[in-house]
Amino acid sequence: MFSNNKKGWLLLSPTIFILIIVGLVPFFYVLYVGFFKWNPLAVDPSMQFEGFGFNYRRLIFDGVFLESIWRSIKFSVVTLTLELSLGFLLALSLLSSFPFKKFFRGVHTLPLVIAPIVVGSIFKLFTVQGLGPLPHLLKDYFGYTLNYGMNADQAFWMIVIMDIWHWTPFVTLTLLAGLSALPQDPYESAKIDGANNFQIFVYITIPMMVPVLIVVIFIRLMDSLKIVDEVWMLTGGGPGYATRFTGIHIWKEVFEKRYYGLGSAMSILYLYITIVICWILYSVMVSRGKSED
Amino acid sequence: MLWFQGEKVKTRKLFAKFGTTFLWSILTIITLFPIYWMILVSTRTPVELFGKPDLSPTFLEKVHWKNFTKPFLDGVYSDYLFNSIIVATSNAALVTVLALMATYALSRFKLAGSESIFFWTMTNRMAPPAAFLLPLFLLFSTVFKFGDFTLFDTKIGLILLYCVFNLPFAIWLLKGIIDGIPRELDEAMVVDGANLFTIFRKLIIPLAAPGIAVTSLLSFLFAWNEYLLASTLTSVYARTIPTGLSEFVTTTGTNWGTMAAVALVSMIPALLFLFAVQKHIVAGLTFGAVKG
Repeated sequence: MFSNNKKGWLLLSPTIFILIIVGLVPFFYVLYVGFFKWNPLAVDPSMQFEGFGFNYRRLIFDGVFLESIWRSIKFSVVTLTLELSLGFLLALSLLSSFPFKKFFRGVHTLPLVIAPIVVGSIFKLFTVQGLGPLPHLLKDYFGYTLNYGMNADQAFWMIVIMDIWHWTPFVTLTLLAGLSALPQDPYESAKIDGANNFQIFVYITIPMMVPVLIVVIFIRLMDSLKIVDEVWMLTGGGPGYATRFTGIHIWKEVFEKRYYGLGSAMSILYLYITIVICWILYSVMVSRGKSED
Repeated sequence: MLWFQGEKVKTRKLFAKFGTTFLWSILTIITLFPIYWMILVSTRTPVELFGKPDLSPTFLEKVHWKNFTKPFLDGVYSDYLFNSIIVATSNAALVTVLALMATYALSRFKLAGSESIFFWTMTNRMAPPAAFLLPLFLLFSTVFKFGDFTLFDTKIGLILLYCVFNLPFAIWLLKGIIDGIPRELDEAMVVDGANLFTIFRKLIIPLAAPGIAVTSLLSFLFAWNEYLLASTLTSVYARTIPTGLSEFVTTTGTNWGTMAAVALVSMIPALLFLFAVQKHIVAGLTFGAVKG
């Protein structure tokens, strides 16, 4: 029966059909629209063809768009670095036994299942001027004024803190799963050879953890390049352009200014950058997997 | 862990233990404090929220239930909640059935290019949804038309749409499980004259049941939590709870109490779910690349 491929294709066809309809068709459609000048709110609301590179040439000199990409990348790198270091420390600490460990770990899992938009709401309620306790506490005890609605730097770092609150548990638990699965033999031989804890960590734990680390980096990078919901809820991309990440920028250009053509070109470039970054990491992941087999 | 137990000095070990517990207590407070504050806000009147924040647990004595009843009994939020339940449940069911079929095909049949198909499905998961907002919006509102019916602002549209990110994930998760069921069992059943349906019913589904449960629960959660696509592709009739939450931002003079109440209610499935599949959450979120 398993040589009869008709049945196999039959089983696969609904999946392929749906993914073509909601995945592949939109992709080609956005590629197509990207070649046109199209603004339904303009004097001439029809699609006009002005050469294949028209929108892309405009984008190369679009400072706001390029800056939003740079902002997204900066944000991803900053959060990734902080979450990885913090998560690794926490994962290591979870290997030892201490009182209430199960409870602590359970609470630590909590943010993972909360929707990004709800995380945004939680942080809005917690930090907004005039309601949240955080600005008050900072003012009373440290004399620090927190008003991310006015201060661009504070807004950016507020988003970073929110992302750390939301996703460090993911890093911790993933690394913990990886650490618990490590073989014990190398540790025992290192002990016999008289290596100290730091040497063991640098020369044994980290090299053995590289595959898991790459998976974590891959997934976190993918997600933080996409970030929209939390930011939309907390700052709406402001103040000014301070937290306007690429996803938010595209949304605003397309649905507020109705720049359909230009927005499509942005989408394609954004997609391209994400795919390149993912592809690099994916090939690293696969090549490492192969070299170990 | 061996390297951690290297020091023989007992006091130092005790100190480390104390330090770790202390560190984790602070972390737990940091995690829970904002959520605690949200609960406080959801149980207070606007007047009680005015002025200096009061951190005492006032909800033990008095709860301002109007924050909950106003959006859910008088307002449209009960519709949003209903839509969310329908969309997330149907999507989880659809994704699980389709992914089971697809994974079985990829795992058992020698199909030309099945590796590429597998990779292609995965790329759907990696793509940022913001890049697809415009084409999906245009396709849903003008192109995918069947008479008067468009996919825009319908639950069916959302259910199909969420397959983009849930199907790849479900296939990835189930592939490991179905690959783990020996082929010989299937072949033996074929020799006994069983058809595909019987194989699924008697062999695959019973053996993969835990994996199927986790897959459908995680799909439910992702569909329940999705915001960006839902907010763009619905306007009135198919709006879900997350889109309802964002409506609080644009209205002038936000009613914080109501907003907190809606956020709290929308968290309930996630919390129930946390207890159900806590152990599998890592495997789920890493696509099964790291066994949790």
